[in-house]
Amino acid sequence: MIEFRMPALGADMEAGTLVEWLVHPGDRITSGAIIAVVETQKGAIEVEAFHNGTIAEIVVPVGEKVPVGAVLARIDDGVAAASPPAPIAVAETPVAMAEPPAVAAAPVAATAPAPAPRVAGARIKATPVARRRATQLGLDLSHLVGTGVDGAVSLADVEAAHPKAAPPAHKGFDAGAMRTAIAAAMTRSKREIPHYYLSETIDVSAALAWLERFNAAQPPAQRLLPAALLLKATALALREAPNLNGTYEDDVFTPGPGVHIGWAVALRGGGLIAPAIRDVDRKSLPEAMDAMRDIVKRARAGGLRSSEFMSATISITSLGERGAESVMGVIYPPQVAIVGFGRIAPRPAVVEGRVEARSLVTATLAADHRVSDGHTGALFLAALRDILSQPEAL
Amino acid sequence: MTAPSNTPLTYREACKQALRQALQQDPRVILMGEDIGRYGGCYAVTKGLLEEFGEQRVRDTPLSESGFVGAGIGAAMTGLRPIVEIMTANFSLLALDQIMNNAAAIPYMSGGQFAVPLVIRMATGGGRRVGAQHSHSLEGWYAHIPGLRILTPATNEDARFMLIAALQDPNPVLIFEHVMLYNREEAIDPRVTAVDISRARIRREGRDVSLICYGGGLFKTLEAASLLAREGIDAEVLDLRVLRPLDTQAILASVGKTRRCVIVDESWRSGSIAAEIGMRIAEDAFFELDAPLRRVCGREAPMPYAAHLEDACLPQPEGIAAAARAIVRPS
Amino acid sequence: MSVKVHLDHAHMHHLLKEMIRIRRFEAKCVELYQAQKILGFLHLYDGEEAIAVGVMQALGPDDSVVATYREHGQALARGVPANLIMAEMLGKLEGCCRGRGGSMHIFDRQRRFYGGNAIVGGGLPLATGVALADHMLGRKAVCACFFGEGAVDEGEFHEALNLAALWRLPVLFVCENNLYSMGMALARAEAQTDIARKAASYNMPSEQVDGMDVIAVESAARRAVAAINEQGGPYFLECKTYRLRAHSMFDAQAYRPKEEIEAWRDREPIVRLRRWLEANHFITAGEIEAIEREVDAEIDAAVAFAEAGSLEPVEDVERFVTMQEVPQ
Repeated sequence: MIEFRMPALGADMEAGTLVEWLVHPGDRITSGAIIAVVETQKGAIEVEAFHNGTIAEIVVPVGEKVPVGAVLARIDDGVAAASPPAPIAVAETPVAMAEPPAVAAAPVAATAPAPAPRVAGARIKATPVARRRATQLGLDLSHLVGTGVDGAVSLADVEAAHPKAAPPAHKGFDAGAMRTAIAAAMTRSKREIPHYYLSETIDVSAALAWLERFNAAQPPAQRLLPAALLLKATALALREAPNLNGTYEDDVFTPGPGVHIGWAVALRGGGLIAPAIRDVDRKSLPEAMDAMRDIVKRARAGGLRSSEFMSATISITSLGERGAESVMGVIYPPQVAIVGFGRIAPRPAVVEGRVEARSLVTATLAADHRVSDGHTGALFLAALRDILSQPEAL
Repeated sequence: MTAPSNTPLTYREACKQALRQALQQDPRVILMGEDIGRYGGCYAVTKGLLEEFGEQRVRDTPLSESGFVGAGIGAAMTGLRPIVEIMTANFSLLALDQIMNNAAAIPYMSGGQFAVPLVIRMATGGGRRVGAQHSHSLEGWYAHIPGLRILTPATNEDARFMLIAALQDPNPVLIFEHVMLYNREEAIDPRVTAVDISRARIRREGRDVSLICYGGGLFKTLEAASLLAREGIDAEVLDLRVLRPLDTQAILASVGKTRRCVIVDESWRSGSIAAEIGMRIAEDAFFELDAPLRRVCGREAPMPYAAHLEDACLPQPEGIAAAARAIVRPS
Repeated sequence: MSVKVHLDHAHMHHLLKEMIRIRRFEAKCVELYQAQKILGFLHLYDGEEAIAVGVMQALGPDDSVVATYREHGQALARGVPANLIMAEMLGKLEGCCRGRGGSMHIFDRQRRFYGGNAIVGGGLPLATGVALADHMLGRKAVCACFFGEGAVDEGEFHEALNLAALWRLPVLFVCENNLYSMGMALARAEAQTDIARKAASYNMPSEQVDGMDVIAVESAARRAVAAINEQGGPYFLECKTYRLRAHSMFDAQAYRPKEEIEAWRDREPIVRLRRWLEANHFITAGEIEAIEREVDAEIDAAVAFAEAGSLEPVEDVERFVTMQEVPQ
């Protein structure tokens, strides 16, 4: 029997609300099946199970908020003895938004069914009823001041912190909470990761011309955007600099199992998320385009999957038409690099000795200096430039 | 039989009226005990009953606790309804073998062939400066024994009517009368003609903390509640009335409401009935609690004679109030 | 109830059979105990049969009996069915107490048999209470209370005798003085070894009887019961006897010499009665064999009954902790 637990789906995620079950007890599932929808600060996320088996028991009902690591359901995988838990990290320290599933298994997940402690080693004194109420309200006890016996957090303390009785039932996200989460992640990034920055202005005129010809032959729904070229080109360029693609944790860099690029999506109403598009290097341009389109749509409408949040090995932030000339990104831990693309616009360039108006884009690389250096970065940017100069090879 | 309406009577008089009613209503009822006849009872509870009912029905016994309690058991097994008085709970230890090994056990050991419908009354508790061998509170100890029903009437109404209900019970019933209550005057509601012997009763409703008590502790606890009320703390006072079987439902309901409790128990703290009550709350109301469980019990010493020392060994209203305050308004 | 003992063949046959029945029953208990079918404590009555049998001849169905943990003899002689006793000792639901009591706690309401008490001396106050109730409810009944000489040391002995004499209660106190309280010899425990004299000091009639002579016991018991019924008040019989087996199955008997036991074996009540009957041609060898066969058949049937019995469901373990009503 396998205990399917609430995954950590983003930076500093501590709890999620189960808003929908997509399976019932008795249903057979295969690995990768989406079995539930969880609402987090980032919005509603579809959660996949990575087991083959039969749903044995739904533990958490719809509407209940549970901490990361709490058992959501039990899956009968046909193995009698206690099975290892689902490979979902229950971290003792706040985690970044994206995390590959293989690098997980903090000891807490393997043994204790209890919710993950808030901060490593800290116990929070709270009365039983206060604890229960805080869970119901989705409040973090560690943020509350205790006025009960021995300074324990009491029921009154919890009620005072959250006067509203019930958590919001609507889908969507709490923009304020998202900004808080982003702020936390970004702060951590800047605090812990020694960033270095390189930039390269790339002439994409040929690429855009190719794009125009390609799109002319496509129905509108299948036309490509320049972003797709940038996405694919980045993926291919990483072959020259594999130590920009992966994660850094516990003083160890682990190369990514694939090239899963977190594509930063700005949400209406504010907020930014970077769900992963998987195996970009192995997708054709149309596939990459579709994936990007799909990600953006689901990021805005809800329906992102847990794996999309945990599996990015590098990210791209592309400001698009409205953006600035260049963008120096902040790396999303535990990734080790972020590629930035500024606005594609006509600018003066030197071609064969003469100054001409060319479509230029400034590509930047922010990378973790513990893992790579300017040499690697330069190789990457050079490769990127080369690939974009041969768009038909994309 | 009953006092005229609204005339206050003492707890002692209430006990006597109960005994008189019992003797009058059922010819199978006899009283046995030391000095209950000619002397009129150590606490004057049985005064006049010998003269009224004669020495077959009201029997002065020799100083033979084991002997006459055992006789009460044998008589109860064979058709009488004896009410045995043990002068104080302290002396009951001499009869503990008969109570535990016979009264409590014979129905069970005989596979249900014999019942022991015996009532034993005992004076209990401290406060009279009578020293270590005369001041025990053992009702909690007796409440440990399966087969017994343990009653602790605190109000005069309960003193008046619990005995009558006990005589209807086919099982051995021990009634503990606190020595400090005998003189207490209170009128009994004339509409009340009977009480149950299974439920606890809320004597004062409140919202902030449950004060759980019984017997002699009730009035000190009510006084503590008054002190707390002046500070804006609204205490609920629950009179257990029956220590075995405990009215767990009432306990859990009160604590479920207030989320805090202080248990008041005159007996020594370790292994007291307060410990049992606390454990039941921890078992079944853990998640309702908003403060640690607290108890105010007797100091763990054989009762000293000097008045100030004895007072220090017994729960007092200010101590009860302080315990409640500490968990309602921790500083 | 007449004070005269009928010395005719039928009655002699009856007395002998009753004693042999107890002796054979106890032997069967040894066998079952060693096979671990009877568990816990087992206290056997070998050598003392004359007391239970003799006293029971003086009691009627309206009288009552309180006994000790060594009460198989009293229970059988009183008429408690052997199969109910056997089933009780095998812990079966069909036992007289549903398997709740075992060997030391035989109770039988119908035969007014009030245990079966494992606390030495604990039954004496009980007996005074039974007698008190009978007396106050106007029943003409005697409560025969059996106990060993060890009980005489307990405070409850003195309290009960005093109360019975003071309130003139119809109790027949029967002390089975078998010279040893477990391992404690009489002279080592009693400053005053004359037990009948101790009882007499409570101002009640008190006699010593040869407990190995069933006819002497019966005779004394009849006289005692008659006195109780006619004059009121208790009566005390000290029956001098000997316990042929150990105190219980766990006893190595380090406290008494084997020669002493063998000497008493020659004087034990069944041997005594047989010798007397044979010498007076009151009984034939064939009759004795027939007795043994009948008794063994009865006991074998009791064992079969017990072994075929069922176990009380564990869910019922708390039943009768408290009674719902007083049985009538």
